[in-house]
Amino acid sequence: MVELIVTILLVVVVLFLAAGVFFMLAGAIGLLRLPDFYTRLHATGKCDTLGEVLIIFGLLLYHIYYYSPGAELSVQLVPVKLLFLICFIFFANPTATHAIMKAAYNTGVKPWKKGDRRM
Amino acid sequence: MIEPDMLTIFLATALLIVVTIILALYRATIGPEVYNRVAAVNVIGTKTIVLLVIIGYIFERPLFFDISLLYALLNFIGTLAFAKYLERGEVWSS
Repeated sequence: MVELIVTILLVVVVLFLAAGVFFMLAGAIGLLRLPDFYTRLHATGKCDTLGEVLIIFGLLLYHIYYYSPGAELSVQLVPVKLLFLICFIFFANPTATHAIMKAAYNTGVKPWKKGDRRM
Repeated sequence: MIEPDMLTIFLATALLIVVTIILALYRATIGPEVYNRVAAVNVIGTKTIVLLVIIGYIFERPLFFDISLLYALLNFIGTLAFAKYLERGEVWSS
């Protein structure tokens, strides 16, 4: 019974890691392929945030399984700090994206229209 | 000891993150304007956070995670300062 629970937990961890890597790869391909600055940030700002949060959550589950009994208190408190890191990424990453995009808009970077040359 | 299966999975995840960092580095190199470069550098920084956490679990030192927390703060502040500098021409508004 315990082995079954451990196996299910590890499978869930692997699924979280795979989903996170998928989103990060999609964001990177969007950063390469899309035609102008605003669309590139549109791709990376959301995909990267979700991918990183998924990967860190998977590692948090793995930490709870692997270090749960008999570790020091500083090691046992790592999942709480990982939750803080997840909250921080959820706030900070879209804020940074918004700041760069607003700076570009205020200094006159033109959005791409259909038929323009790809920048 | 860490199980070999989970070690393989963590190594594969870290390798794929490095691949995405290389793709973003290509965008930071070719450009074409300064804003694309800043955005690509910001993306590289946020990917490095996850890479540091995974490295901590590969080497079985989960307290490596503190370095990634510090790196997240530095990356965020640096990106905000760069955006303000590009927008106004100065970091502090007088």
